[in-house]
Amino acid sequence: MPEKMLELNDITMQFGGVVAVNNLSMYIGKGEIVALIGPNGAGKTTAFNCVTGVYKPSNGQVKYQGQVIVSNHPAGKMKALYAGENRDRYPHVVDPTPDKITRMGIARTFQNIRLFKTQTVFENVLIATHLHRTSNPISAAFRLNWREEQKMRELSLEMLDFVGLSAMKDELATSLPYGKQRRLEIARALATRPKLLLLDEPAAGMNPQETADLAQFIVEIKERFNLTIFLIEHHMDLVMDISERIYVIDFGKLIAHGEPHEVQDNPDVITAYLGVEDI
Amino acid sequence: MNTKKRGLVIGLILLALLFAGLYILENTISSSTMLITILKKGVIYALIAVSMNLLNGFTGLFSLGQAGFMLIGAYTYAILTIPVNMRGMIYQYYDGGIVQFALPAIIGILCAGLLAAFFAFLVGLPVLRLKSDYLAIATLGFAEIIRAIIQYEGLGPLTNGSNLLRRFPTFQSVLYPFAAAAICIGAILLLINSTYGRAFKAIRDDEVAAEAMGINLFFHKQLSFVVSSFFAGIGGALLAMYQGSIQVATFKSAMTYEILLIVVIGGMGSVTGSVIASFLFVASSEWWLRFLDNEMFIGTFQVPLLRSGFRMVVFSVIIMAVVLFYRRGIMGDKEFSLTRVRNRLLNRKAGRNA
Ligand SMILES: Nc1ncnc2c1ncn2[C@@H]1O[C@H](COP(=O)(O)OP(=O)(O)OP(=O)(O)O)[C@@H](O)[C@H]1O
Ligand SMILES: [Mg+2]
Repeated sequence: MPEKMLELNDITMQFGGVVAVNNLSMYIGKGEIVALIGPNGAGKTTAFNCVTGVYKPSNGQVKYQGQVIVSNHPAGKMKALYAGENRDRYPHVVDPTPDKITRMGIARTFQNIRLFKTQTVFENVLIATHLHRTSNPISAAFRLNWREEQKMRELSLEMLDFVGLSAMKDELATSLPYGKQRRLEIARALATRPKLLLLDEPAAGMNPQETADLAQFIVEIKERFNLTIFLIEHHMDLVMDISERIYVIDFGKLIAHGEPHEVQDNPDVITAYLGVEDI
Repeated sequence: MNTKKRGLVIGLILLALLFAGLYILENTISSSTMLITILKKGVIYALIAVSMNLLNGFTGLFSLGQAGFMLIGAYTYAILTIPVNMRGMIYQYYDGGIVQFALPAIIGILCAGLLAAFFAFLVGLPVLRLKSDYLAIATLGFAEIIRAIIQYEGLGPLTNGSNLLRRFPTFQSVLYPFAAAAICIGAILLLINSTYGRAFKAIRDDEVAAEAMGINLFFHKQLSFVVSSFFAGIGGALLAMYQGSIQVATFKSAMTYEILLIVVIGGMGSVTGSVIASFLFVASSEWWLRFLDNEMFIGTFQVPLLRSGFRMVVFSVIIMAVVLFYRRGIMGDKEFSLTRVRNRLLNRKAGRNA
């Protein structure tokens, strides 16, 4: 088994009475492409948000390269609300802000595209190189960091080149067509120089041709930047095509996992997706 | 890169021309004329408006504390620079006060900025970790509290209570405030165009995405707030020098709204917009619209509405009109540039020829 890159242990996320993610445990090996799938509202994005520090899970733990980066247990009012088991298993509270997690090497894209809308394509990527700066505000203001600034610009251009957007680098990010905006989001995430890339429905709104191109592109970036990829996606052919393993959740609960062909034939998965119910 | 360098050179040449023009102007007309007064006050307001724009327009943080930080700056400057032999007379109710030294004006101005920045840092510590909306409430409250504290009798030996502070060093030449403002606005521009400025704009555009790109929200908001307040403090000190005497009552929250109006009219996120709007605003309020406050008779007919206070009514209407119909202000979030003007003119010509 490869070294584990990311590990989720008993992650639970409750919003009041709604249990969006319920005791989810999974892992992603170094260099793998792993997909998380499930019907609408299954809790996929919420799981991402627990990993990236946007939400503080009600219970559970996230490990990144063997190190605990997120950990929480229900306390106070949450304890009464909390529906799961294992509530005393994670006594430590580790609750970093999202920027810290990004600096550790986990980058993400958003399901509902979140580009910096007053900024150009180039600036959107350039902003994502800020996190590795060594300058302070004064040295940066007076351009004592010009060498580093130059490197930031070079890296950004390289990323844009790589996703095929350098020709429109000076256009406003939001003026790009939908599919290109998604690629720009990937370029921006890559500019943070991640080891682990989380993609939340990168093919949403794309036509079959674009989706096929994207599948190939994801494999390409994985190879080129030595990445591990955690993917949420609804396009089944894309998922089946490129992922090495798949986790399926429904109503926040893990209902199946395994290699694509195993998951494909799993009756629970078929039921969840087709909405067939036992009578 | 090259066009940027050329822009910088042209900018510096224009700045030199501006100063030469001001120098000539000052030596040809009397320094007490309205025009000179407007230029002095306008450029100080420009600095303050740009400092507010850094926070409101570029970082997307809504603060209403500008008058409070200006007040701190003005008082710091005055307290530190009044000549020792004047203190007995000015602090007459407080045995000459407790400060018994006087710093050079330039050091006083720097201290004004630093103390305002320090207070911003303290206010920011609890508030900037919360949702952005709280900043407006906290800064507004802070400005009121500072006003009350300075007037507090117990602090009289330091602040002279609610009495005037005066006789501190002032400036005569219009070049002085212009030079100070040029340096400060230049520094703000440099920061805005640096990698930190890009982070500010990212936060303004989308906090969630900015954070996901590794930008520490608290640190950058705090940075923007502290820098903005530093320059508001310096602006306050310059305003004190311009007025020659200061009193707490000058720095009401109405002053913050004036600055906010300038920022909105000029365009949130446009430095040149703020500068242009500052001069327009000061010229209107001190000069062009003064007549609104005076009763006027044409023959025996009294022009209706014109009386003391009517100017403020007209201002309020202008604010509402701007907010309703002209929300992006004069410049939007663009900067004034000669290239842009030239392109506009060329385009218009091309359009006519086509
Ligand atoms: N901040 C929140 N507050 C309350 N409920 C939430 C919140 N975020 C998500 N939920 C709920 O959690 C559940 C899971 O939502 P989530 O967005 O994770 O689903 P998803 O699997 O990503 O679905 P989709 O395929 O539509 O993107 C939904 O019922 C949603 O309403
Ligand atoms: Mg989702």
